Amino acid sequence: MAEIKNYTMNFGPQHPSAHGVLRLVLELDGEVIERADPHIGLLHRATEKLIEHKTYLQSLPYMDRLDYVSMMCNEHAYVMAIEKLLAIEVPLRAQYIRVMFDEITRVMNHLLWLGAHALDIGAMTVFLYAFREREDLMDVYEAVSGARLHAAYYRPGGVYRDLPDTMPLYQASKIHNAKAIKKMNENREGSLLDFMEDFTNRFPTCVDEYETLLTDNRIWKQRTVGIGVVTPERALALGFSGPMLRGSGIVWDLRKKQPYEVYDRMDFDIPVGVEGDCYDRYLVRVEEMRQSNRIIKQCIAWLRKNPGPVIVDNFKVAPPKRESMKQNMEELIHHFKLFTEGMHVPSGEAYAAVEHPKGEFGIYIVSDGANKPYRLKIRAPGFAHIAALDEMARGHMIADVVAIIGTQDIVFGEVDR
Amino acid sequence: MNFNLNDLAARLHASLAGKIVSLENRLGELTLVVRAADALGVMTYLRDDPGLRFEQMMDLCGVDYSTYGSDLCEGGAYLKSENVQDISSSRFAVVYHLLSVTHNVRVRVRVFAESDELPTLSSVINVWSCANWYEREAFDLYGIMFSGHPDLRRLLTDYGFVGNPFRKDFPLSGHVEMHYDPEQKRVVYRAVSIEPRELVPRIVREESYGGGK
Repeated sequence: MAEIKNYTMNFGPQHPSAHGVLRLVLELDGEVIERADPHIGLLHRATEKLIEHKTYLQSLPYMDRLDYVSMMCNEHAYVMAIEKLLAIEVPLRAQYIRVMFDEITRVMNHLLWLGAHALDIGAMTVFLYAFREREDLMDVYEAVSGARLHAAYYRPGGVYRDLPDTMPLYQASKIHNAKAIKKMNENREGSLLDFMEDFTNRFPTCVDEYETLLTDNRIWKQRTVGIGVVTPERALALGFSGPMLRGSGIVWDLRKKQPYEVYDRMDFDIPVGVEGDCYDRYLVRVEEMRQSNRIIKQCIAWLRKNPGPVIVDNFKVAPPKRESMKQNMEELIHHFKLFTEGMHVPSGEAYAAVEHPKGEFGIYIVSDGANKPYRLKIRAPGFAHIAALDEMARGHMIADVVAIIGTQDIVFGEVDR
Repeated sequence: MNFNLNDLAARLHASLAGKIVSLENRLGELTLVVRAADALGVMTYLRDDPGLRFEQMMDLCGVDYSTYGSDLCEGGAYLKSENVQDISSSRFAVVYHLLSVTHNVRVRVRVFAESDELPTLSSVINVWSCANWYEREAFDLYGIMFSGHPDLRRLLTDYGFVGNPFRKDFPLSGHVEMHYDPEQKRVVYRAVSIEPRELVPRIVREESYGGGK
């Protein structure tokens, strides 16, 4: 009989299914995991320390670079924490725009997660399907902020500017002739809201397509059903949030339980899992995309009917209009002070959390009344999830570790900060 | 929220009478300050009491209060502003953010470490399992020790890193940088070559200066 040896294996940091820079030290008994020790911090940039040395406005783009697949949700928690300390009310239109973009971001995040997760455990096609729709949402990001990824669109007190009337169009090239370009630009002739409405109309069919590929797929089920089971009690004790918590059957969503912005006016449902395995979490996230689609539709309908300001007119927080700045001394001074010294936030502390696509994303700010935060802590959902990898992976095979990393939806920008 | 924060505050006052250093309800958030010696007992109580049930610890973070409320002047020395009061005589604190899923309410607990040289608190890993990595992070970045933690290793910084980078006296640009040494044919450390610089000075203004007042 062959002698079975214990191995210690190094997984990553350059492994394609390590989702970036995860180094895992696995102790194996044959092919069964006895202990998994994740080594994180290879992407640590000391964001929190950097923010202590920047003004509030200068730190905003750092938020995009935390979880770099759901950019605007990170910004949202950050601006909410500042607004809480400043005690300012955001204009209603800005709140609707924020909710709409939070949901667009959620769809974008789940599309990347779905594609990457399926690719990790052997299904190539889903990735291509998911990125087809994700590209449209990237274009929406670009239209509204000028950047496809790192938007820096939200501001304390509102959003940077109102939604644009035009969408970027495809140009004729060697590959596409004029006729093909005309067809590609068909749904881009109108405003951003027109484009989004067209998207929300066709997106449910796209989700059906992903489900056709996976939900009843025998291989997909073999790889996910019963893998990485977390009981509700353990999910709470391990600090899980978002789909990881709901997949274990706990009805908890900040959008419903502690509604911020205009989520209390939205009509949507919260999907909850039963078994707490990878397959349930997959079902939860797919249903979340459908629900996000519903929310986006409601936001579009409201935004069409209700024009208005998108940022507060408090010049201590938001810059004055360009024209008035050119004519009035006072506005000029405000503009200058805001962009050199920055805004002063009253001393105190605040914790603001949003329902980020991955879970509860919170920002804790300690302010001493200066123009920079005294201390800023980022509560990243992925941090608690990857910390539980050891517990989730014990007793599984090596190949299941990949499925578990995939189901946790890890992005190292936020875990390492 | 289906829980009134004032009711919760009254409840905490009644049950934790002697252990509360301060309890503040501000900006719709409840902040409880307890002594390091009482911390573990209070945490267990907060989790287990059927009327509280704080079964989730969402966040744990270290804070270094050594330069709280001071402007950084150009020479790099800290000047204490007269407007801001000292939070505490201790330098380090750990802030816990607790969440009760049952009652849909949050509370913040702050515990100051008594010693500034060797800040030590008791680990809450037996109360909430997720404290494991959060405490390792606070140990790594602030040098706060957690007694009772089974595996207190560095988490985020490099293997063999020296110092606690988030302390206020640790420079933003650090002490060492990496470069490739062609003679040794490997990456080695050397002292940083960049000068520390302050782009926007840190200024503390009086309370009425900021917006929203």
